[in-house]
Amino acid sequence: MDMLLTVNDLAYSYHSLSGETQVLDGISFSIQQGEFVAIVGPSGCGKSTLLSLICRLLTPDSGEILLEEGKKVGYMLQKDHLLDWRTTEKNVALGMEINHQLTEQTYLQIDYMLNNYGLVGFRKARPDELSGGMRQRAALIRTLLLEPDLLLLDEPFSALDYQTRLSVSDDIWKILQKENKTALLITHDISEAISMADRILVFSRRPAAIKKEIPVILTCPNGRTPFHARSAPEFKEYFNLVWKELNDDE
Amino acid sequence: MNRSQKEFLAQYRRRRRIVNVWRCLLLLLFVGAWEGSTMTGLLDPFIFSSPSRILSSFISMLKDRSILYHMGITLSETFISFFLVILIGILLAIVLWWNSTLAKILEPYLVVLNSLPKTALAPVFIVWLGNNMKTILVAAVSVAVFGTTITLYSSFQSMDEDKIKLIRTLGGSKKDILWKLILPGNIPAIISVMKVNIGLTLVGVIIGEFLAAKAGLGYLIVYGSQVFKLDFVLLSIVILCFISTALYLLISLLEKICTRHYQ
Ligand SMILES: Nc1ncnc2c1ncn2[C@@H]1O[C@H](COP(=O)(O)OP(=O)(O)O)[C@@H](O)[C@H]1O
Ligand SMILES: [Mg+2]
Repeated sequence: MDMLLTVNDLAYSYHSLSGETQVLDGISFSIQQGEFVAIVGPSGCGKSTLLSLICRLLTPDSGEILLEEGKKVGYMLQKDHLLDWRTTEKNVALGMEINHQLTEQTYLQIDYMLNNYGLVGFRKARPDELSGGMRQRAALIRTLLLEPDLLLLDEPFSALDYQTRLSVSDDIWKILQKENKTALLITHDISEAISMADRILVFSRRPAAIKKEIPVILTCPNGRTPFHARSAPEFKEYFNLVWKELNDDE
Repeated sequence: MNRSQKEFLAQYRRRRRIVNVWRCLLLLLFVGAWEGSTMTGLLDPFIFSSPSRILSSFISMLKDRSILYHMGITLSETFISFFLVILIGILLAIVLWWNSTLAKILEPYLVVLNSLPKTALAPVFIVWLGNNMKTILVAAVSVAVFGTTITLYSSFQSMDEDKIKLIRTLGGSKKDILWKLILPGNIPAIISVMKVNIGLTLVGVIIGEFLAAKAGLGYLIVYGSQVFKLDFVLLSIVILCFISTALYLLISLLEKICTRHYQ
């Protein structure tokens, strides 16, 4: 099987004057093209560090991260980090601006995206005029415009209130499905992980290792979306399974 | 609008009127007392001048345009040193932000230079640079530039780490972080530094003119006190009041325009 991403025996430590913090220890997994993988684990165990390593913002101490030739990685942070002084349009264009890709053509593309994802009326609006869900969608468009093959999502919904979170995760899942993206989602919300992912990796406490790998197979007669997934008969079983893994301290 | 809201508004207006009336009264009282006591001989107008004498010397100096000349000199020195301070301050802050080792090395020097009373340096500048405008500008710049650099550098440093991470995940370099994030994100900080500096550079210019000038309001003050023309001295001080207020309002206006979109 051709893997989009393969992580082999990865280890990483932070260093400071007060000592060394070993964060990741022997992490190995891989992701196929088109798959949606979720990672759950205790807070502070090293999940964000793993994403920074995959994104090449950090260099591993040992082990390797193999990305399929010519594929690109996109990263979506916990908060939207839209810049106050830019309009929605300019915020969304930030990535392309940095990569010197802005042309007439790309403005059409930006227009198309804003239109598709319900932001076209807010093209000239400032971030503080957008709702939480709109801001998160704008952040997603900013990432998607760079056409990443693998999308890293670092608790992208945790700053939203529960109601918004359900609808935005549904929205974003559909967008990713439509664009046929591969995604690696970090979350501390077990239901969110089960409802969105094809496979869940449960991380142990720091230094993080993969404790358990759980493929998620749900029966959804009306087609699988995060929303429908929540009412699948197997949902509760998966929930208990993940819960047990997370709280089992051996 | 219901009654209690109306009452609230009426009370608010009443209060504002009282404040305004008393502000004007206080000024009138002060000017009147000054004029009255010099007229009745309670104060010696030769030493204390008087509002009417100030006004008449203003008019006569307006006629021969000499007051405009002095004001122009002081204002242009202030503007030049103000822009130099802002420019040098921003550039130095960028250099320090770019190279954190250099920042660490220079830190104690900046702190010392910032806390040193710069008036102490003015005589040295005269010896080094001569009795001319260069000395005045250098004196004015030295008063404000170190504080500006320190303030801006620490403001640059306090940029949200996650926003920096965002630029890097989008493929940005350090240069992109500077241009897309640090500089635009610090426009409010730069303007608030300007607000402080417009007053500081005026102080620096006046100090400079006390020591090394042939024109300007600071020169006029020193000259007036030496030849016992107190009308000149007080006229200059009154004009300085107006100038510093006007400059402050100018920056406040700039602030309103530029920081609309910042939280
Ligand atoms: N820059 C850093 N320097 C030192 N320690 C860090 C740094 N960043 C994170 N850590 C530590 O590494 C651990 C893992 O952090 P992180 O990957 O952010 O965890 P998670 O995303 O799983 O909550 C935490 O205990 C955190 O305190
Ligand atoms: Mg994290």
